[in-house]
Amino acid sequence: MKEKPFSKYQILSNGIMILWTLLIVLPFILLFMSSITDENTLVANGYSFLPEKFSGAAYGYILKSGAKILKAYGISILVTAVGTLVNVLLSALMAYPLSVRNLPGRKALNFFVFFTMLFNGGIVPSYLMWTSFGIKDTIFAQLLPNFLVSAWNVMMIRTFFTTSIPESLYEAAEIDGATQLQIFKSIVIPLGKPILVTMGTFAGLTYWNDWTNGLYYLVKRQNLYNVQNLLNQMVSNIQYLATSSNSNVTAASSALPSTAIQMAIAFVAILPIMLIFPFFQKYYSKGLTLGGVKG
Amino acid sequence: MNSKVKKLKRYLPLYLMFLPGAIYLLINNYVPMAGLVVAFKQYKVKSGLFGSPWNGLKNFEFLFATPDAWVITRNTILYNLVFIVLNTVLGIMFAIFICDALSKKLKKVYQSAILFPYLMSAVIVGYIVFAFCSQTNGIVNNTILPALGLDPVNWYSEPKYWPFILSFVNTWKGVGYGCLIYISSINGIDPSLYEAASLDGASKWQQIRNITLPSIVPTFVTLTLMNIGRIFYSDFGLFYQVPRNSGMIYSTTNVIDTYVYRGLMEQSNIGMSAAAGFYQSIVGFILVLAANMVVRKFSRENALF
Repeated sequence: MKEKPFSKYQILSNGIMILWTLLIVLPFILLFMSSITDENTLVANGYSFLPEKFSGAAYGYILKSGAKILKAYGISILVTAVGTLVNVLLSALMAYPLSVRNLPGRKALNFFVFFTMLFNGGIVPSYLMWTSFGIKDTIFAQLLPNFLVSAWNVMMIRTFFTTSIPESLYEAAEIDGATQLQIFKSIVIPLGKPILVTMGTFAGLTYWNDWTNGLYYLVKRQNLYNVQNLLNQMVSNIQYLATSSNSNVTAASSALPSTAIQMAIAFVAILPIMLIFPFFQKYYSKGLTLGGVKG
Repeated sequence: MNSKVKKLKRYLPLYLMFLPGAIYLLINNYVPMAGLVVAFKQYKVKSGLFGSPWNGLKNFEFLFATPDAWVITRNTILYNLVFIVLNTVLGIMFAIFICDALSKKLKKVYQSAILFPYLMSAVIVGYIVFAFCSQTNGIVNNTILPALGLDPVNWYSEPKYWPFILSFVNTWKGVGYGCLIYISSINGIDPSLYEAASLDGASKWQQIRNITLPSIVPTFVTLTLMNIGRIFYSDFGLFYQVPRNSGMIYSTTNVIDTYVYRGLMEQSNIGMSAAAGFYQSIVGFILVLAANMVVRKFSRENALF
């Protein structure tokens, strides 16, 4: 039997999607290829998908003499771990009371959380406030501003609790004399695991990708930079070199790692996201509901 | 009385659980809302956010006397409009194509690819764009343009190219988000509708026009209105990292968010920066409320509140 030929629509739609997929994948391949290109080849020919001469020198440099770079990874990992853990814990603790139907004042508390999604004071008052607390140039600058609790996470978790945990479980536990904390620990957390993991990946991604807190609050102590801050700083130095002509230029240019090293750092910053991507994707579409945050 | 005590005892632990997160939101979100008054003050470091002397509307007079106020408002709104159109049209098109992929495996590949750049930080996206557009090393100037017989372009100092670059980069990075929402909306369509249509001899295009598109109208309206509600805000990372903060292209890359940042951090012009921030917060809030009101009229269940 002859196989049915593809229709015009199938050829067109799959053709376009294959093109778009290539358009997404190729830039990442270019980034990786640049990181394993010999520096002289890179300077002579520019970035290329198929460089004339390969070199692992950039990765060797990161491992051997890149104390500053490794330190930045350490900060990224530490801040992401602590930030994610605190974020999920605080969000779950907030979401559970909001899911208890007969809690007096529940509507007002709900609104208190929800309103922060509608209105915000913007960066100027926020910056002035956080700096007045003295977090500038401390590790708290990477952790505290903006991301520790997000109303969106709380609302998503609350909706999951209300729809997926049967109320009869709470009633039974209360009859058995369980305290609220016990209920939280032995019913809410285990049954809420899917949403907590989902929201945890979101929070982790936010912390891993953040470069704004470092930009605003780490002015002097660059040893608290995370990977994104380090990459951002290298861009600023290049811009500085391009626009100024005084004697500081030599100092700035000698402190600047080679292009291949920059691309290598960028690639290693993407690596953890690539590793958790299959896991992330599994949960992502579940978290993507429009109605999940409603009061 | 006794019952009140009992009630308190029962619910107190719940309020205590709510408290730590509430304190954080109070500090991180509510204090800065009140702090918006700084726009009407002459900020002095010593006197702080709430203690600085009042300044009337001076900050706003300065802001709106500069040509910047118009440029950043225009850029913010125009970019957002282009982004909404591109992300909607391409998001729906890709969603339909992905749902009709030749095999399950291909579907998974397309879906993964389209989501992946959405998870990248703006810094990384900036590096990727730089690998293409760098004046000296970029693949566009070194390989693509010479192959076409064209002269190299100094991308980071020519404002006219940036509306196209930023629109493309925004689509490249962000189209996956809406696309996945449209995919789940299409997955919810009753398959028997398509079967009946095929039996009646409807072409693929007729099926898309008469079944798929009408079915995703609620999702389309909600997403679009929500995006219109956000039209006064922009992705700071996209407009700061991708153009590499290059001063020569501000005329087409400066938006309210980058303007506020530069006023605050690079020029220490806190008054003007605060005025622009206030302008954004208030107009932005009104637009969010208005968009939600329209969604509510259209379909209550899709409104945020």
